[in-house]
Amino acid sequence: MAAKKKPAAKKSPVKKAAAPKAKTAVAKAKKAPARKVKGPSDKVLKEMHLKMVRIRRFEESAGKMMEDGKIPGALHLYVGQEAVAAGVMQHLSNQDWITSTHRGHGHLVAKGGEFKPMFAELFGRATGYCKGKGGSMHISSMDLGMLGANGIVGGGPPIAMGAAFSNKFRKNKNVSVAFFGDGASNEGSVHEAANMAALYKLPCIFVCENNGYGEYTSQARHQAIVDVADRAAGYGMPGVICDGMDVMAVYEAAGEAIERARNGGGPTLLECKTYRYYDHVGVRGMGLNYRTDEEIEAWKKKDAIEGFEKRLMQLGVMTQKQIEAVHTTVAKDVEEAIEYANESPYPGPETLLENVYNEKGA
Amino acid sequence: MSEAAKPQARELPYVMAINEGIREVLREQQDAFIAGEDVAVAGSVYGYCTGLLDEFGPDRVVDTPISEKGIMGLGVGASATGCRPIIDLMFMDFIGECMDEVANQMAKMRFMFGGKATLPVTVLTMGGAGGSLAAQHSQSLEAWLAHLPGMKVCMPSDAYDAKGMIISACRDDNPVFVVLNKASLAMTMEVPEGPYEVPLGEACVRRQGTNLTIVAFGRMVHEAMAAADKLKDLGIDAEVIDARSVQPFDTATVVNSIKKTHRALVIHEAVKFGGIGGEITAQIQEEAFDYLDAPVMRVAAPFSPVPFSPALEQVYIPNAESIIAKVKETLEL
Repeated sequence: MAAKKKPAAKKSPVKKAAAPKAKTAVAKAKKAPARKVKGPSDKVLKEMHLKMVRIRRFEESAGKMMEDGKIPGALHLYVGQEAVAAGVMQHLSNQDWITSTHRGHGHLVAKGGEFKPMFAELFGRATGYCKGKGGSMHISSMDLGMLGANGIVGGGPPIAMGAAFSNKFRKNKNVSVAFFGDGASNEGSVHEAANMAALYKLPCIFVCENNGYGEYTSQARHQAIVDVADRAAGYGMPGVICDGMDVMAVYEAAGEAIERARNGGGPTLLECKTYRYYDHVGVRGMGLNYRTDEEIEAWKKKDAIEGFEKRLMQLGVMTQKQIEAVHTTVAKDVEEAIEYANESPYPGPETLLENVYNEKGA
Repeated sequence: MSEAAKPQARELPYVMAINEGIREVLREQQDAFIAGEDVAVAGSVYGYCTGLLDEFGPDRVVDTPISEKGIMGLGVGASATGCRPIIDLMFMDFIGECMDEVANQMAKMRFMFGGKATLPVTVLTMGGAGGSLAAQHSQSLEAWLAHLPGMKVCMPSDAYDAKGMIISACRDDNPVFVVLNKASLAMTMEVPEGPYEVPLGEACVRRQGTNLTIVAFGRMVHEAMAAADKLKDLGIDAEVIDARSVQPFDTATVVNSIKKTHRALVIHEAVKFGGIGGEITAQIQEEAFDYLDAPVMRVAAPFSPVPFSPALEQVYIPNAESIIAKVKETLEL
């Protein structure tokens, strides 16, 4: 993350002026806190590791299938950003809602999504999570509290805010999390949702996955700020920055925000500094010249999974062998799911007009 | 139902019928709330939320910022997760501010999710010209909404229907737009007390006739009725159909009427090009071509933004006179 820091001079003067007295001042946790005191249990660490490995294996295979022409349409892959989904979702149950982005597979996997209906959906089959009607960009599971990937940049946050309103209205302790990117942070819908969430003190966490690019345009070319979390002060909510390549850092920061939301403390803007290894669409994408190989390689050196695996071994939580076993099992799950998807039937033409409206039998 | 138990009908203006519709819904549905700009403390700029805050409290009658994307997103997210929101979009013209939430999220979510999401959300909004509110506060944009699979759109023409359709919309498990008309707010008629439904997707024959069928909706129904009264003096017996809903559209009622009258005229306040009238006309020729003795004609606003000056606005909005003129053309008089 340090490699991406921009000169301080470019920072918003508004935040500087407001920061000292505003109680919502941006609290920056720039380095991954290496806390031992109240750290997550071994079980939690293993679960987060599994989530990350599952996301990466799923995405690697999905990317390959797309480029081989086996998956129709467009896939926006999450490889590189796994720590964010894993660290946040570790705190959520199926009763908590999330809204995702066009880069949504990782969020669903981390929320408990199963490979078989996921691959089936990407393959456009009747056995998919959305019966083949949504595909990659609309993959969802109401049962898991996943209110959909979204083909519209900035589409999710107003919906997450609405889900949080619903939770507060019905006086339960559930929260909702809106995932969005640095690109979406420039959409009016995100500002409106954030303002309303703060106004109504809703249990809503705005997780900005700042991967440095809005599609093919670098952050420096799409906004004048370096830290999206700076905007939190303008909404009247805490803004927090964490290292999105470090699942422990995400886990800790998200845990605090989610806890606050559950206890009536209102929303938080949590910015996770991260990076996508693959292109905006697909793996190699369209070959547009918008970032350097050196930059990609520099981020890969901080790979969320490799780094975490080293740590797990250092902490004595997992052995090399156990880690390898996880990869093997997940790879097998992927293989089986692809086979399942491949053998699944396409939706019949008679299903086309079903589910447009909620009428009897539809 | 015994006489005593029958709901009492009294004269009520359109605006208070809207109020009663919302009130009935909030009484019967504990998961329902209304949210929108100026709906709570101010009671809405039109006055139709008067007293709601007092009766239902701030959790269920919610003032929002001027944030249409946020408000509509609130409706999408809250309805998908167990609430039954009533979203108030102050002017229909403001839909441009939230068209993504309406068109890409609300209308499509159920389909995109393979039928696994249910969105029982009702949007109340105000359309129509007539008050010199000019080009951005006077439009009739129902065609934008009716073009969206997954969306239902109704346009109550009078107080009775306004109350009944709001109740039907809120009891429906789909996104429904109830497009109200600001020039009709003071129009009074008998409205029963208590809840009742006016079914969505069902047209209503407002006036029986034999010489031609006039199809209208929203405030234009009243212009069509006024035209029909005057046509009677000319010996022309017009049947007037209030379509009431434009999505779904009740083609059968219109076709049945044309089988009798053999001529049709479609009226709406929106601009003619790309308006719902084109769709209705096409459906008539698809379903009832053999019964037609003359081309189906349309009366609608000219292809111009709604003008400000009363002198121009008067020319712009279709009225009984322009309808009569077109009827004469249709009947080759």
